[in-house]
This record gives sequence, structure tokens and C-alpha cells, in this order.
Amino acid sequence: MSGDQFPLWAAIAVSVLLVAGSLLTLAGCIGMVRFRSFYQRIHAPTIGTSFGTIFILAGSVVYFTVTQLRPAVHEVLIFVFVSVTTPVTLMLLARAALYRDRIERDPDVPPSKDPLDNAEMEASKQAPRRPAVKEA
Amino acid sequence: MSRILPYPLLTLSLLVLWLLLQQSASPGHILLGLVAALLASRAMAALQPEKPRVVRFLPIFRLVGRVVVDILASNIAVSRLILNPNSDMTKSGFLTVPLVLKDRFGLAILSCIVTATPGSAWLEYNPEESEVLIHVLDIENDQEWIDTLKNRYEILLLEIFG
Repeated sequence: MSGDQFPLWAAIAVSVLLVAGSLLTLAGCIGMVRFRSFYQRIHAPTIGTSFGTIFILAGSVVYFTVTQLRPAVHEVLIFVFVSVTTPVTLMLLARAALYRDRIERDPDVPPSKDPLDNAEMEASKQAPRRPAVKEA
Repeated sequence: MSRILPYPLLTLSLLVLWLLLQQSASPGHILLGLVAALLASRAMAALQPEKPRVVRFLPIFRLVGRVVVDILASNIAVSRLILNPNSDMTKSGFLTVPLVLKDRFGLAILSCIVTATPGSAWLEYNPEESEVLIHVLDIENDQEWIDTLKNRYEILLLEIFG
């Protein structure tokens, strides 16, 4: 596709959308490094999967709608699947972290209110404690 | 009706999905997509999942609008927190929020909204006390998080699921 067929306004719109989406995703990645705890890190990737994805996909919609001269909207599917699967994955990871921290009796983590969970925690007190990862 | 179309919304969504993936709305693709969607709905019916009871449809659009605005705002807020080298990273914490909503589908949607928002994450729902443990990046505005969850989202979800 040669340059004269692709209008300037569309080129600007696509560039702005791509740069905005990429910057948001980059901010999320930097957050993964800068945050201190696992629970804080849960918050960082959702920047990339919410508006980071929306802006990049919007850029794709504009580009292919202009070049193919017909609406390209199947990018919506990418957004639907990303926005449904990411929170579910993050919740599973967070619950696993919560479970582990409670077993290890991390004082920063609120205790479980489920009596079954607490019985399990009590049982784990009797069991020999797993050596800390740092010593290995 | 229910024998042929046990889940009309699912069948319609699958047909739309098929047509979007094919990027075509020709009669051939509509026919093929319809066959695939009908077979998939029959398979779904064999699993006998619980059906969501949507009482009112209008609040769905208001909920989507509020969620988009709030997620955009927290995208900006969390990005600023991350990119500002002097920002205080120690203000995060856990928060217990009491809920009125009991519908399983409503809770599932609420949990996805809360987790998809940068700055808040849904950790654990306790059905006995009907409360949820969430983790927020900015614990100093804890009342604001509770207000958003209850007055902006939960009220609409209660309207939708009755």
C-alpha cells in the first residue's frame, strides 16, 4: 500500500492510538518491577489489558478500516477474550498467594474467616515447617 | 422453543462470533455459523448450567458506561503512581467490604470489574458473612473504594439481577 493512498489524518490517528496503548502497557510492565509485594503486582498488568489493549486495538480498527475500505471490527473479539480471561487468572493467582501466605502465617495477610481453612492452618502448625526458600 | 433454542443469547453470540472471525456476513457463512451455534448450544444444554436471571436490561448499559469511565481514571492514576519516582509504594492494603448482592452471576461480574480495574483486586468472597476481601493500591482512600463498589456497581447489579 503506497503512502498517497493512506490519508494523513488516519496515519496520525493510528500513531497516536498505538503510542498511547504502548505507553500504558509499558507503564504496567514498569509497575511489575517497581511494586514491592505480590498483591501490589496484581494491579500492574491490568493497565495493559484494559486501556493498553483498547488503544492498540482501536489503532488496528482504524488502520484496517481505512486500507480495506470496509469496517474491520473483529478486534472487538480480542478485547472480549482478554478482558474476560485476565481477571479470572489474576484472581486465581491471588488466591493461591493468599493461601500460601496464610499457611506460612504471614502477619501482613488478613486471616481467613472460613472455619475449614482455619482447621487446615491449625493442622499445618503441627506438621514440620517447610524450610524457607532462601536457605535452599 | 426451548428444545431447539435452549440458550438463545448464547446461540446468537456464537453466530456473531463466527461471522466476526470469518469477517463476512454472506448467506453461506450465516448458515454455517448458525449450524455451529445450534450444535454448541445443544452441547451447553447437556451440561445443564444454571441460567442467569436478568430482570432489567437497561442498567447493563449504565454499568458498562460507569466501568469504562472508572477503569480509564484508574489507568491514569496507577500509571502516574508507577511512573512518578517519588511515589509512595507502601500505601496498599487489604479491605473487607460487606455486600448485599447474592446472585452468583452478579458476584462473578462484580469480581471481574474489580480485578480488571488497576488499583483494586478481588481476592476472596465469604458467602456466610456475605463480604469480600479486596486488595487496593491506595488504602488511604478506603472509603472511596467501598463507595465505588457499593454505590456505583452493586446497586446496578442488584437492579439487573433483581
